[in-house]
Amino acid sequence: MAKKIVTALLGAAVLGMGAQAAQADTLSDVKAKGFVQCGVNSSLAGFAAPDAQGNYAGFDVDYCKAIAAAIFGDATKVKYTPTTAKERFPALQSGEVDVLARNTTWTINRDTALGFNFRPVNYYDGQGFMVRKSLNVKSALELSGAAVCVQTGTTTELNLADYFKANNLQYNPVVFEKIEEVNAAYDAGRCDVYTTDQSGLYAIRLTLAAPDDHMVLPEIISKEPLAPAVRQGDDKWFDIVSWVHYALINAEEFGVTQANVEEMKSSPNPDIKRFLGAEADSTIGADLGLDNNWAVNVIKAVGNYGEVFDRNIGAGSPLKIERGLNALWSKGGIQYAPPIR
Amino acid sequence: MASTQSSYVRAQMIAAEPPPPGVTGAAHWLKTNLFATPKDTILTVIALLLLAWYVPQVLNWLFFNAQWMGTDRSFCATVVQSGGSQPEGWSGACWAFIGSRFDQFIFGRYPIDERWRPTLVGILFVALLVPLMIPKVPYKGWNAILLFVVLPVVSFFLLVGGVFGLRHVETSLWGGLMVTLILSFVGMAVSFPLGILLALGRRSPMPVIKTLCVTFIEIVRGVPLITVLFMASVMLPLFMPQGVTVDRFLRALIGFSIFASAYMAEVIRGGLQAIPKGQYEGADSLGFSYWQKTGLIVLPQAIKIVIPGIVNTFIGMFKDTSLVSIIGMFDLLGIIRQNFADVSWASPVTPLTGLIFAGFVFWIFCFGMSRYSMFVERRLDTGHKR
Repeated sequence: MAKKIVTALLGAAVLGMGAQAAQADTLSDVKAKGFVQCGVNSSLAGFAAPDAQGNYAGFDVDYCKAIAAAIFGDATKVKYTPTTAKERFPALQSGEVDVLARNTTWTINRDTALGFNFRPVNYYDGQGFMVRKSLNVKSALELSGAAVCVQTGTTTELNLADYFKANNLQYNPVVFEKIEEVNAAYDAGRCDVYTTDQSGLYAIRLTLAAPDDHMVLPEIISKEPLAPAVRQGDDKWFDIVSWVHYALINAEEFGVTQANVEEMKSSPNPDIKRFLGAEADSTIGADLGLDNNWAVNVIKAVGNYGEVFDRNIGAGSPLKIERGLNALWSKGGIQYAPPIR
Repeated sequence: MASTQSSYVRAQMIAAEPPPPGVTGAAHWLKTNLFATPKDTILTVIALLLLAWYVPQVLNWLFFNAQWMGTDRSFCATVVQSGGSQPEGWSGACWAFIGSRFDQFIFGRYPIDERWRPTLVGILFVALLVPLMIPKVPYKGWNAILLFVVLPVVSFFLLVGGVFGLRHVETSLWGGLMVTLILSFVGMAVSFPLGILLALGRRSPMPVIKTLCVTFIEIVRGVPLITVLFMASVMLPLFMPQGVTVDRFLRALIGFSIFASAYMAEVIRGGLQAIPKGQYEGADSLGFSYWQKTGLIVLPQAIKIVIPGIVNTFIGMFKDTSLVSIIGMFDLLGIIRQNFADVSWASPVTPLTGLIFAGFVFWIFCFGMSRYSMFVERRLDTGHKR
């Protein structure tokens, strides 16, 4: 009972914060200060990590750049706040960051009680398993009695327990605090199975002594739709963040790339012309509070969704993650965007 | 009287005989220290075998098999690790990773064309610290004022910028060894005087001062540093009005200094306790005021006694700086671990190499502090040796 009261009080406090934040007009604030403050992961391979010059690079970082490009026409007008898993929500609630592009799973609790808004899912992830090929296991259902390496304090641990319980399987969790420890333990053979989000499994496979001896099992045991988050109650800002993603998807559908975006402005296809703000008396930007060529700026800065994906986590990167669910709806995936018109 | 010369009394000393064979030299040392008893012999042989087995492996891994040059992961990954160039089964330190990211490990994400600023601060710091540490160099007073008063102000403007045409560099871009050193220097420079005041306050007969000091010390010392940092980074922003933020680095710096002061106060109080009552009474009988008595008689003796404790606290603080990585600041260890996530360097040996490098840098600084404190102890040793 006491716990319930505390939860309710905390919820109320957080809601209070949300309401307070709601009065703010983030777009005007951002325009006034001259940059977007973007919350990113402090380090996650392919999503946000420092490059050789110490600049952040990655899939989530490109979303920050895209939002800055949409508003200012300049992808460099963005500042990053590296956040840990625990810090990210207070950072967004308190207004320390304007948008959180930090591989954050969209859940009902975060959408409602924490006072955030999520809409477009920029990466469909899910928890998976990696095993040694020599185990001859073809499905996670054959893993009864296995020792499973898992990082503690994550939802991963909980999903794992749920999955094995639901399927009436036994397992021995081998739990570590730091990700490097989990990697070392799995590579040294202290456990048979490694479980974390599938995008992470691909990154970890790269650091194993013999990556080809390991395989990722087909089962996905949890839904992890990763989406950029904003504070509830500022619909204008929410729209901008959402439509930046939709612009990236639409660009891929239309075949508009970083290289050909200028030529495409004079495309005979009226849909593309409208999308790129090249149609006479277009208001696609003005309605959002942006320039009409905002989509052009976004694509010039980071390319279309496919390019962003390939460069950071897909075929063009060492991670080589398959598009899978993240392919366009027309190509067997579920990435779908409403039309821009 | 003069003819007391006796022929059987020697006029000069006989030269000392060399020690008998078998009690000097390497052979004797070996016999007494390593092979004195059968048990010793067995232990020595086992230890030597272990060393012979282990040391070459470590040396091979660290130096002979190591990859020194390279631009990406292909230099440190083996052929079976998609895209590597090393032969299968290879394992060695990936110093190329350290080399390619060295600047980042020192400066964090500080803009590259502005990195002369922290470098200049570093040079000034060394130029002021070294003469202060060598006893023979004169003008200690001025030197100390320059180091502890002028340098922090100059460094602040140099590092933060925004004045005199220097570009503003926000602290979220700071990182690496630079952050480690700034945090520990400020922590030490603040905690030492504040610790002395708190320790004196705790022994004060004035009830209000005493209560304040005791409360401060006990509360701050009773809370883990990680909690202080966490409160400062997660809770504080929620209680501030919308749009008002206190710089993260400043929050960490304040939390850190306060924490170190509480520890320092207790160390110095230990020294104060050790001063015999006669010293206080002697000073009183000379008509010294409280501050004269404390400054001239009590503190010089008390601090000399607790040098090991003070240095112990300093070393602990230096290593505690890596806790700031939990609040999204990247000290040396934090920035190295952050770079593990860079897929262009992903290989099995990269994390290990990075951690060894971090350990080595921390060790250099801590060992340096420890040796210097021993030198100071010997120099100030005025007859209290037991």
